[in-house]
Amino acid sequence: MTPQFSSQTLSNIEILKTRYPVEQSKSALLPILHMAQAEFGGYLSRESMDYVASLLNLQPIEVYEVATFYTMFHLKPTGKYVLEVCRTGPCALSGAEHIVDYLKQKLGVDLNQTTPDGLFTIKEVECLASCGSGPVLQVGECYVENLTDQRVDSMLAALKSGELSDNEPTPAHSILFRTCGDKQS
Amino acid sequence: MSRKILLENGDISGIDQFDIYRQHGGYQSVEKAIKTMTPLEVVDEVKKSGLRGRGGAGFSTGMKWSFLDRKSDKPRYLVCNADESEPGTFKDRYLMEKIPHRLIEGMIVSSYALGASRAYIYIRGELMWLAKRLENAIGEAKAHGLLGDNILGSDYSLDLVVHPGGGAYICGEESALLESLEGKRGYPRLKPPFPAISGLYGCPTVINNVESIAAVPWIVTHGGEEYSKIGIEKSSGTKLISASGHINRPGVYEIELGLPVEEFIYSDAYCGGIRNGRTLKAVVAGGSSVPILPAELILRTAAGIPRLMTYESLSDGGFQTGTMLGSGGFIVMDDTTCIVRNTWNFARFYHHESCGQCSPCREGTGWMEKVLHRIEHGHGTPKDIDLLVDIAKKIEGKTICALGDAAAWPIASAIRHFRHEFEYHIAHPDKITDPDHVYQPMGTK
Repeated sequence: MTPQFSSQTLSNIEILKTRYPVEQSKSALLPILHMAQAEFGGYLSRESMDYVASLLNLQPIEVYEVATFYTMFHLKPTGKYVLEVCRTGPCALSGAEHIVDYLKQKLGVDLNQTTPDGLFTIKEVECLASCGSGPVLQVGECYVENLTDQRVDSMLAALKSGELSDNEPTPAHSILFRTCGDKQS
Repeated sequence: MSRKILLENGDISGIDQFDIYRQHGGYQSVEKAIKTMTPLEVVDEVKKSGLRGRGGAGFSTGMKWSFLDRKSDKPRYLVCNADESEPGTFKDRYLMEKIPHRLIEGMIVSSYALGASRAYIYIRGELMWLAKRLENAIGEAKAHGLLGDNILGSDYSLDLVVHPGGGAYICGEESALLESLEGKRGYPRLKPPFPAISGLYGCPTVINNVESIAAVPWIVTHGGEEYSKIGIEKSSGTKLISASGHINRPGVYEIELGLPVEEFIYSDAYCGGIRNGRTLKAVVAGGSSVPILPAELILRTAAGIPRLMTYESLSDGGFQTGTMLGSGGFIVMDDTTCIVRNTWNFARFYHHESCGQCSPCREGTGWMEKVLHRIEHGHGTPKDIDLLVDIAKKIEGKTICALGDAAAWPIASAIRHFRHEFEYHIAHPDKITDPDHVYQPMGTK
């Protein structure tokens, strides 16, 4: 089935295109791929990428080569919440390896796997620019910093109960980027 | 306390909002520049200030601006590099989060100086929440006539756009950033032509780091000469230092360039000393790409002179005994740190982030990670150390962009200063995981 953006997103995309010179609408590709990932189930299927290509009058390969280059785009289905733990230098110095082990044990899955209830996927990522507040993980648009076992426990509980959302409220002026949190609505 | 320029008024509640920022002198430089100065006069002030690019390379911002091709009939662009991804560096994020309008103000004044009618802030996609806040700040500035058509009633107009990346360290390299902004893979371009001649969409373009642009409002308001009086000689002004690792007070500090390194590490105004009563073992002073130095060489040069937080002092001794100020990502390691494990961690990072265009980097970073992995995991051989040095040499200087160098330097320097630890790992594979041993892997205590 061909995916279809909501009319709100389509009108945001029209505004987005005006931010680049007329002949350069390909520049809108990365922002639109973020929107597609958020709106079409948290990952980019081949159908989603083909659809984005058609919106920008691009060859599908131009979209595939971009989507496969950048780490934020998931090419396979993920859990509802993707827990992306920073593993680089300063976070490793402050205990990131332990946090990954703790998450694996707590959720009973390995890296890049999803819990059977479809809620959580664990991933390792490189530096998130949170080196002074590590260990850190990103879930949707939310950074959870200064991680300890207890903090991981309360974060998981809050995500399960819906107390913690993985998106920041979008300010009034912004037309950018629906978030991962929006995909449930 | 150090002088505040970038973080001036940063502690005032609500300073992230337009009204409060404006009440405390915000956007003065836009008024001054647009109403009383020509664009070239603004460029002159920035030249006089001695401001050097704060992203890592330390090249003169005023010079960079003066290379811009003003004779071309193509549009000119200013692009802000907010793709902060250098391990150990989180200052731009801090600045944008705390005082977003300072960057917006800097973008307006700088765009005016360069004659750009459209400017982009390329921010790493992981910081989407910050991208939205910047958009919000842009909306506020626009509503008050400071952005958009005919700024403050003048005939100067500027459209400022926030553009998110997709997750790729390489996009911090300025030509890769431009490719990415054009909707392509972030592959660095061959230079020349430099962006100042042929940049975004083939048009003359200046790319500056967030922190460099955020210094411009103060320079324009107070004059380049005033700015040049701060700091020491060719290291003028203030710099944001991101402090992380085994210290009591990690965080972002604005320092006057010239502060002694020892004071920065041990004073309670900054890092507050090594945590848990441990001792200092090593420092990576300017983000993961710069050479690591052992305690004695970061505190004093090989000649015994106390080292200062300046471009010149940190690089005193070249790569044999010195390092670089780089991005100011200051990573502190105490005596429990395993240098081999840390080096492997960095090697894995560069292997992951190599864009794959140039063979020496694509293949070499993979080999370095592989060899370091086996040393760290007890399978190293005595030849491995020289093999690493050899691979690093074969990458350095042989790639289109600086990522190859950035991948080679941390490894070459770790072996230069801590060769005994690598040898120990290879000679005593059984002791690597001994919990009481200094070479214990990180994160297990």
